[in-house]
Amino acid sequence: MNQARSNILKRLREGRKESFGVPVSDFSLVRDRNWNAAEKLDLFQQKIESVQGEVHRVAADRWVAELIRLLAEKKISNLLVSDRKKPALELREQWHEELPQLLSYQRPIEDWKSELFNQVDASLTTSRGAIAETGTLILWPDEDEPRLMSLVPPVHFVLLEADQIYSTFYQAMSEQGWASQGMPTNALLISGPSKTADIEQTLAYGVHGPAELIILVLE
Amino acid sequence: MTSAQEAVQEFHPRVHAALENTQIRTNFRRAMDGLMGKRLAAFDGMDLEGLRDLGAAVRLRALSRLPELLEQLESNLQKQGIQVHWAETGDQACEIITKICKARDAKKIIKGKSMVSEEMELNHHLEEAGIEALESDLGEYIVQLAKETPSHIIMPAIHKNTDEISELMHEKTGTQRSKDVDYLTASARQQLREKFMQADVGVSGVNFAVAETGTLCLVENEGNGRLTTTAPACHIAVTGIEKVVEKLEDVTPLLSLLTRSATGQHITTYFNMISSPRKAGEKDGPEEVHLVLVDSGRSSIYQDEELLDTLRCIRCGACMNHCPVYTRVGGHAYGTTYPGPIGKILMPHLLGLEKTQDLPSASTLCGACGEVCPVKIPIPKLLQRLRKEAVDGDSLRPSVVQGHGIKRRKLEVLAWKGWSLIHARPGLYRLATSVLSRVRSLLPSKLGGWTRYRSAPKPAAKTLQQQLRERQKLAVAANKGGQA
Amino acid sequence: MSDAIKVYPDKPKKVYFYATCLVDIFYPDAGMAGIQLLEREGIEVVFPKNQTCCGQPAYSSGFNDQAREVILPQLSLFPEDYPVVVPSGSCAGMMRKHYPELFAGTPQQSQAQALAKRTWELTDFLLQVCKIQLQDQGEPIKVAMHTSCSARREMGIAEVGPKLLSQLGQVELVEQARSAECCGFGGTFAVRHEEISGAMVQDKAEALQAAGAEHFVTTDCGCLMNIAGYADKQKMPMKGQHILSFLWERLQTEGKTPENAGGRS
Repeated sequence: MNQARSNILKRLREGRKESFGVPVSDFSLVRDRNWNAAEKLDLFQQKIESVQGEVHRVAADRWVAELIRLLAEKKISNLLVSDRKKPALELREQWHEELPQLLSYQRPIEDWKSELFNQVDASLTTSRGAIAETGTLILWPDEDEPRLMSLVPPVHFVLLEADQIYSTFYQAMSEQGWASQGMPTNALLISGPSKTADIEQTLAYGVHGPAELIILVLE
Repeated sequence: MTSAQEAVQEFHPRVHAALENTQIRTNFRRAMDGLMGKRLAAFDGMDLEGLRDLGAAVRLRALSRLPELLEQLESNLQKQGIQVHWAETGDQACEIITKICKARDAKKIIKGKSMVSEEMELNHHLEEAGIEALESDLGEYIVQLAKETPSHIIMPAIHKNTDEISELMHEKTGTQRSKDVDYLTASARQQLREKFMQADVGVSGVNFAVAETGTLCLVENEGNGRLTTTAPACHIAVTGIEKVVEKLEDVTPLLSLLTRSATGQHITTYFNMISSPRKAGEKDGPEEVHLVLVDSGRSSIYQDEELLDTLRCIRCGACMNHCPVYTRVGGHAYGTTYPGPIGKILMPHLLGLEKTQDLPSASTLCGACGEVCPVKIPIPKLLQRLRKEAVDGDSLRPSVVQGHGIKRRKLEVLAWKGWSLIHARPGLYRLATSVLSRVRSLLPSKLGGWTRYRSAPKPAAKTLQQQLRERQKLAVAANKGGQA
Repeated sequence: MSDAIKVYPDKPKKVYFYATCLVDIFYPDAGMAGIQLLEREGIEVVFPKNQTCCGQPAYSSGFNDQAREVILPQLSLFPEDYPVVVPSGSCAGMMRKHYPELFAGTPQQSQAQALAKRTWELTDFLLQVCKIQLQDQGEPIKVAMHTSCSARREMGIAEVGPKLLSQLGQVELVEQARSAECCGFGGTFAVRHEEISGAMVQDKAEALQAAGAEHFVTTDCGCLMNIAGYADKQKMPMKGQHILSFLWERLQTEGKTPENAGGRS
């Protein structure tokens, strides 16, 4: 199909009009906001709650207890969690037998697809921050928190550090240097639980991904 | 030519059928009213004009460097392990995808929403090659169950109401009849989960392809797009060549405009950015990722200074949602993959004017589409341009679109020549209009299509020009009288 | 579409009046009302005798050659630098937005551009340039306004009609559902796609009626002919009028109707 490639590029090059007037892209509209930390957190919460996200603010040293309370409240019997990330280790340290079973994503998906799809109640992942303007979590799945972890289980818990909330998507990507350092295999913005309105404009949650998205904001 | 393409020609009968179907009219009216309201609310308090300018600027910049950006995209993707394929036509693209599937001995494909795959009728091709392709977006899934095509580019099953969907799912998948949307959605989830687990290949579209970082971006709410691009061992993304943007930052205004314009959401649930296949040590994600770049007429649109604006489109569907014609007749009446205003200016290039001859005129040029377009495509102006091409109506600017002149009918040409003969000669015009006034009571009360719905217009007893002449005479006489 | 910034001229001593063919033939009362409103503002109205049609019917049908043929002799009807006022959003839009495109690259290019720049829709001109003040002499009435799509989007004057009507103390302006939606006229569209047009005008007329209007006014004779024609055929009690006719009538203490209101509206 190299012929196709050269034909297409040739047509584009030869057909290109000289008269392309390209106006300047002024990104200030999508970049600049004057919100302080408290405002950003409030806005984040308001926006993500407006799309059915659940937010719990908790002191940084009390989140495990809060998580345990929520797991009990939601009658969750097992939780998929990293076994290497720092918060996960903290969690594992405080865990005991009466609590929901902790699972880990140690094997490639091919080895336990059916189990992941059918038997995991909930997962817990970290995040790389959030975006206030749209109520959005930023996740970069990796070896310890693979991509399907935040997608397949019906309930997804996310840890968010309160000081990691950016005003806009633009700020998040530029301050974290996404374009300059190169993108990961998969980067995600998540704003609420999975939903659809494909049946007569009626909202329904959890159509393919998690039906519940629960954010623990560590203050 | 496939049956879907032939169907394009029968515009009027389909319009008739759609207008007769009160259910369809009600479904669309309700849906479009809701979408228009949501869009307005989503932009509340924002500098919408500024954002649209930025969106248009970003897209224009990308188009101005399209060949270079495609090369940069390709080179970055290849460096990151994604295989890039080029297809001049939809058929070629289908062949490429079929070949990849066959090489992997893939029998089952799960699909995320992709309008370009609709455009090239990928499912049909795969089926012929003995490969099952299942749509996983809920709307697309419903449409596929019904053996139909999407009636809207964002909400494929918008023409159906809950009862119709319930009946369809009952008939095809054995779910219980229900008005409970949660129940119907959960049933679909269950059925599709199995399919996601079994699928050998996932096929998705692309919303933005970022040249700078080699990143494929997908916008969605359901999570089926993420599953499609993560669960199977192979992911094939397919996109029109125009979807490339220069920089990663360019996606920020486009994303904001896209979701707000399309469904009135400040953002969708998921924005999925893919830059490589599974790396060593990673435990999921496809081992193989392909991008198929489809031209299918786009590079020829690109060569036309005016029409290339069409390529700015980010497929939000706002032009449909705001179109009074689309709202009345629905998406299927157009008979094209992309219905509504954007379809009317895009499809004549992709299929030729012969097959789309009734589309450019099926608009009042009300301008609602151009007013809401997030990247400021001058849709009414392009409709006007295609009308001209359809009748070869401008000797100063010869037509170029394939099939131009198809609507140039002798009788109509004669009528316009007669019209210009009278209106270019003021004396003749005055004579004609005064005659018209004089015979006003003798004029027919039936005037074809007009009087099917309305009374015939009746000329005034005296034209304005006649009245003004009389007025002037009176003034002159009064003046003289005054002087005497 | 509409100008980002419109620069209105100072109130002139004279204007050229371009009546449009629909006003000339079917709604001369609207033209006469417009002329009289201008004269009331102390403006001398010059009516170029040799005007016919702005060329839009052919242009919007794709017959640019015939449109140019009709427009060409008319380009020189406005030799002085007076503003050109037009009692129609759609014809004013044609002159202001499309003449320059149509004549681009021809010897008439600069003439067409110059004309475009000084062409104004008449109600806009009355409000913004003349700063017209209206004293209502009529009985209380409920009125709905349909602003044509070209007035709304091409000329950007959606707020003009309602502002003028709000000066009339006895007039209650009611707003119909989906007021910004097209009435379905669209020139030859109404005949080429009669069924779609029919569905659209039905919805428009019903929305106007549902708003409780006894009367509707509009900026454009195309919309008027369409909506009033539908209402008449369906025997709806609602009456329609060009906004200029309506405004002029409201200023009169008696003998209200200007002669020869046509259009069976």
